Amino acid sequence: MAWANKVLRVNLTEGTVSDEPLNMEWAQQYLGQRGLASKYLFEEIDPRCDALGADNKLILTTGPLTGTMASTGGRYSVVCKSPLTGAIACSNSGGYIGAEMKNAGWDMVIVEGKSPKPVYLYIHNDDAQLLDASAIWGKSVWDADRILHQTHQDPLIRISLVGRSAEQGCLYAAVINDLHRAAGRSGVGTVMASKNLKALVCRGTKGVGNVKDPLRFMQATEDGKRVLRENAVTGQGLPQYGTQVLMNVINEAGAMPTRNMRETQFEGAHNISGEAMHEPRKSDGQPNLTTNAACFACTIACGRISTIDKEHYTIQNKPEYWGNSGGLEYEAAWALGSDTGVDDLDALTYANFVCNEDGYDPISFGATVAAAMELYDLGVITQEHTGGIDFKFGSAEALTQAAELVATGEGFGKDLGLGSKRLCEKYGRPELSMTVKGQEFPAYDPRGIQGMGLAYATANRGACHLRGYTVASEILGIPEKTDPLSTEGKPELVKAFQDATAAFDSSGLCIFTSFAWTLDDVAPQLDAACEGEWTTEKLLEVGERVWNLERQFNLVAGLTSKDDTLPKRLLEEGANAGPAKGKVNELGKMLPEYYTVRGWDQDGVPTAETRQRLGLA
Amino acid sequence: MRITLKLFATLGDLLPEGAKANTLEVEVPEGATPHQVIDQFQVPRAMAHLVLLNGVYVDVADRDKPIIHPGDAIAIWPPVAGG
Repeated sequence: MAWANKVLRVNLTEGTVSDEPLNMEWAQQYLGQRGLASKYLFEEIDPRCDALGADNKLILTTGPLTGTMASTGGRYSVVCKSPLTGAIACSNSGGYIGAEMKNAGWDMVIVEGKSPKPVYLYIHNDDAQLLDASAIWGKSVWDADRILHQTHQDPLIRISLVGRSAEQGCLYAAVINDLHRAAGRSGVGTVMASKNLKALVCRGTKGVGNVKDPLRFMQATEDGKRVLRENAVTGQGLPQYGTQVLMNVINEAGAMPTRNMRETQFEGAHNISGEAMHEPRKSDGQPNLTTNAACFACTIACGRISTIDKEHYTIQNKPEYWGNSGGLEYEAAWALGSDTGVDDLDALTYANFVCNEDGYDPISFGATVAAAMELYDLGVITQEHTGGIDFKFGSAEALTQAAELVATGEGFGKDLGLGSKRLCEKYGRPELSMTVKGQEFPAYDPRGIQGMGLAYATANRGACHLRGYTVASEILGIPEKTDPLSTEGKPELVKAFQDATAAFDSSGLCIFTSFAWTLDDVAPQLDAACEGEWTTEKLLEVGERVWNLERQFNLVAGLTSKDDTLPKRLLEEGANAGPAKGKVNELGKMLPEYYTVRGWDQDGVPTAETRQRLGLA
Repeated sequence: MRITLKLFATLGDLLPEGAKANTLEVEVPEGATPHQVIDQFQVPRAMAHLVLLNGVYVDVADRDKPIIHPGDAIAIWPPVAGG
C-alpha cells in the first residue's frame, strides 16, 4: 500500500505516546502528506485556536511514496495552524528525515498539547519515547544536532530541530532537518517550540514495504527517472545551476522584487546569481559553490553546497563557518540580496548559514529586513531602534548583524522576528509590508508576472510561490509559454497549478519533478504502489479537494475574501523598470473569475455544490 | 549594428572573450533576426529555449523576423527552472 498504515500520536501535556492505524478512508480522498495531514488537522483542532497555544497541533507527515525508490521520494511536511498568518500552514522539506520516519514504520506523527518542560521525541522503529531536552534547549540547531548525535552514539539517526529563534518566539521560525534542509515557511518551527518540543530524532531500519505491485512499481519509477534524466531542466539545468539560475532570468524579465519591492530590477543581480556562484572569487580564487547535492532518492540533485572565503569579514574569526554547508537557493538569495539591495555573495551565504543554524525562514527574514530598511530610509526608525546599526539598503553589515540578532532574539532582532506585517504595523506604516495574509512575498514581482499576483493573493498559506508556480508557464515556458503581462486565462492557469501542486505535495515527491513530469508521470507510480486506483483524473480531484479543504480551514479561522489581496504598492504603483514598466498587478480583473472557476461564490466561499462534488459537505 | 548579447547558464561558455557578467557588446548585421544572432555565436538552436529581447520573450515563430534594433539587449538561456 506504500502507506505504513500507522500514526504516532504524542500528547506532550500528558507525556504519552501511542500508535493508531492511519485513516485509510481519508487516505483514499487526500492521499498523504499535505492533503491527509490537513484533513487530520481540520478534523482535530478548532481553526480559531491560538496558534501558539496547547490546542494547536503539529503534524509531521510523509506521503505514500516517501522512503521508496521513486525519484525524489524523500519529502515530508510539517502541518499546523500558522502563528504568522492565522491560516493553515504546511511546510515541505527534503533531506532524509521523511524517509527515515517512513523506514521506522510511521506515516505521520501528531503532536498535541504542550510539555511542561523541554523534551524531544526519539523514534527507533516501533519504539517512541519523549526524552529530556534540557541539555539542548537554548542551543542552536547545529549545536543541538551534534549533541544529539553524541548522546545517541548513532551516526545514522536523522534529526529535525528548532533553533534559538523559535524558542525566542520569532514568528517565521522553521523546522530544520539534516542541518540545512527546512520546513521553512509560516512559522511551523515557532509552533513546535511553543510546545516545548525541541527535536524529532529518528532511526528507521524496517524499510518501506506494502508496495502494491513491486514489479510494476520498479518499472514505473524507472520510467519516471528516465524522463527526469532526459529533460534538459531536471537532467542538466537544475543539477548544474540549481534554482539560482533564475536570478538573471527574473531580473532580465523585470520581475525582480528589489529594495522592499520599490523597484523591479536589481543592478547587483549578476553578483548573487547561480552563474556567479560558479565563478572564482577575486579574493581567494575559489568559487562560492562547492558542489551540488541531492536529497533522499533524488535523481535531480539541485541542492547547493557552498563555502565562504575564510577572509570574508563575516567569518574571519569564526572557524566554525569555514567548512561547507547549505548554500543559497534562489528564494534565499533574492530575499537576502535583491530585496535588501545587498550584492555581496558571501555575506548572503553567511546570513543563509545563520538562518539554517538557528532555524528561521530566509524569505521572511530577508523581506522583513527589507521592510525595516525602508522604514529606516524614511526616517520612521533610527539607530536608536536598530541598536546603533546603520540599517540602510545595500548594507551587507546590517544584513548579517540582523541575521545574528534574529538567531538569538536579542535587541532589534526581537522586532525583526515579528515579521514584516507586525513590524510595519508597530511603526505605523502597515502599507510598507510586502505580505499577503501576513506572510512575506517570494521572489517574483507580480506586476511583471500577472498570474503570480493571483497565485499570491489566493495561496492558502499566504504569499507563496510553491502553491501555484505559474512562473513556469509565464516566464519559463513550462509546459507552455503564456504572456506574463496579460491577465487572460490566468484564473484557469492558477487553479490548474494550485490543484496539481496540492497533489504532488500529498504524494511524498518533490514539486521540482513537475518541471519534467506531469501528473501523468506520477499516477503510474502511485497506482503501482498504493491501494486503490490512482489515475491522473483522481489526482487532480485530490488536489482540488485539498485546496478547498485548506480554504475551509481558513474561512473557519476567520479569514475572508478581503484577505485575498496584495499590498497597495503592487496594485497602485507601476513597476519602475523592465518590460512591465508602468504596470500594476491587475488582481481585480482576475479574482472574480478565479472564484467562479473554483466553484466559489463571489465572497470566496466554496458553494454547496462544489463542497458536495468534492465530498466536503 | 551593435547590440548587447547575454548568454546564461551552460551557454555562458559560448560568449566571446571579454564578456563580463555573462554580457558582451557585439556587432551583428543590420536587420539581424534572433536566429541569425543565435547562429552567429554558435548557440545550438535547440538550446536557445528562452530568448528575451529587452526582457520580452521572443516566440519561436518570431525568431526569423528582423525585430532587433541597434542598442537592443538579447538574452538567451537553455531550458532552466527553479523556484
